Amino acid sequence: MSQWPLITDIAVKVQSGELKAVDLVEQALATIDAKKEFEAIIATVSERARERAAEIDERVARGEAIGRLAGVPFIAKDNFLTFGSQTTAASNILKGFEAPYQATAIEKLEAEGAIVVAKANLDAFAHGSSTENSDYMTTKNPHDMTRVPGGSSGGSAAAVVLDMAPFALGTDTGGSIRLPAAFTGSVGLKPTYGLVSRSGVVAMASSTDVVGPITRNVDDAAIVLDVMSGRDELDSTMIDRNELGYANLEGDLAGKKIGVIKEYMGEGLDPEVKAQIESAIDKLKVAGVEVKEVSLPSLPLALACYYIICPAEVSSNLSRYDGQRYGFSHPEAGTLEESYNKSRSAGFGNEAKRRIMIGTYVLSSGYYDAYYRKAQLLRTKLTKEFEAAFSDVDLLLGPTAPVTAFEIGANVDDPLQMYLTDIMTVAVNLVGVPAISIPAGTVNGLPVGLQLIAPMKKDRELLNAAKTTERIIE
Amino acid sequence: MTKLTREDVLKLARLARLELTDEEVEHFQTEISAILQYVEQLQNVDLNGLEPTYQVTGLKNATRSDEEKDYGTTPADLLKNAPATEDGHIKVKRMLA
Repeated sequence: MSQWPLITDIAVKVQSGELKAVDLVEQALATIDAKKEFEAIIATVSERARERAAEIDERVARGEAIGRLAGVPFIAKDNFLTFGSQTTAASNILKGFEAPYQATAIEKLEAEGAIVVAKANLDAFAHGSSTENSDYMTTKNPHDMTRVPGGSSGGSAAAVVLDMAPFALGTDTGGSIRLPAAFTGSVGLKPTYGLVSRSGVVAMASSTDVVGPITRNVDDAAIVLDVMSGRDELDSTMIDRNELGYANLEGDLAGKKIGVIKEYMGEGLDPEVKAQIESAIDKLKVAGVEVKEVSLPSLPLALACYYIICPAEVSSNLSRYDGQRYGFSHPEAGTLEESYNKSRSAGFGNEAKRRIMIGTYVLSSGYYDAYYRKAQLLRTKLTKEFEAAFSDVDLLLGPTAPVTAFEIGANVDDPLQMYLTDIMTVAVNLVGVPAISIPAGTVNGLPVGLQLIAPMKKDRELLNAAKTTERIIE
Repeated sequence: MTKLTREDVLKLARLARLELTDEEVEHFQTEISAILQYVEQLQNVDLNGLEPTYQVTGLKNATRSDEEKDYGTTPADLLKNAPATEDGHIKVKRMLA
């Protein structure tokens, strides 16, 4: 059982004075300290969190309205710029970086009274599926310390399951919110591309990066999305919010048709994971939901497409780390050119270097048409297949990952094998549609994630369906 | 089937402003070749008649008014992370050896 009430209940009780924000912050910090050995947290933001909590309690005492997240502690993945601690993206090259401004998502949450208490571990620059690519440490899975929590938002997901805070923020470029949610048994929401501002978030692959919450239940994910979403003039790639917002869900699947993705239920799927997903599908059918099989034939090619586009954009986005304006700068460089080379070589870890070089290759003159352009054409084909599927069904369903959490070290010597962990999550990012992973039973004590996918901008419909499914398969 | 040579890896590293150890060159030669061989499965797919998707929102020319705004960030805030500064500027190494 979680020590935290529902997020909206916490806020109501802080506003009424029944709960004190200062106590909630101490409770979060004490839990973080008690569960250090899981290595979910890079740094706490304790001083600033305590000050903000005291200020919120004083404002409550004066009779002021605080907001919809009054006094709610949360944890941000360390690729969000925040005041009160370093922001490193778990990379050596950003060690010691003090953010000159905060991410818009953080500002929006703070404006409603939420309080950042800590920064969570990740694969450095969000490159990975296990947090083993963190330049600092590997987060342990809360269900089995010999296993990974998934990645790249593994610290955020583990922190929520370890009850360190009621919610955490992640980023999802190819599955980095949904995969760790599946591996840890939490709820992970990847909103429609462009719904949440990315200003102040360390960029990975800009055409697929999104910000989203990791929570214990769907209602909590909905309120966090509701607060974070909406236009921001500091991010020019944004779409408008749904007029109804995303909170206060009806939780109704009446009249909805769900399509089970054939390509995600076949070869490569662990039979025991498959059995859990099939059991969930049976429960939906018993509850009266119409379920049918659908096929998106190009899905098996999505991972190849992603591992062209993602490194291409990574190589471009990481060119800014040159040792001059901020970040690690090598002390033994004579010229500017030497300073670039030495700073980047010493500052980047293996995975960042690997992706930078793959990206450089696929964008090179002579290879561009064969790789990058082909990938962007396949992206169009995938989009058309999703559109065709959604002309027949309201939602798509499948597993979030083909396996449960693997052992620490199992894939570190084989990057391609590690990339294959994302095989069921990347297509959603390439197409831009929203998706959510919710817990669907366990295999040998390890959680299984069920993924629901909705059409572009149907985030509210997705959350409604997820809330109902969560209740039906419980 | 693409198999990168040692020289290919060194060229990529040079383009990306990375200096690699001999051990790294060897590793990346194998690993990057395997990844490129995997992604090459796209080359046999019929993609005729499709236009590329570079972004998914369909937005064009998102603009905002060209006005000065105070975000509370000072020049000192922006300079505090720079490795070397002088007179309110970022100081870099000389361009030529």
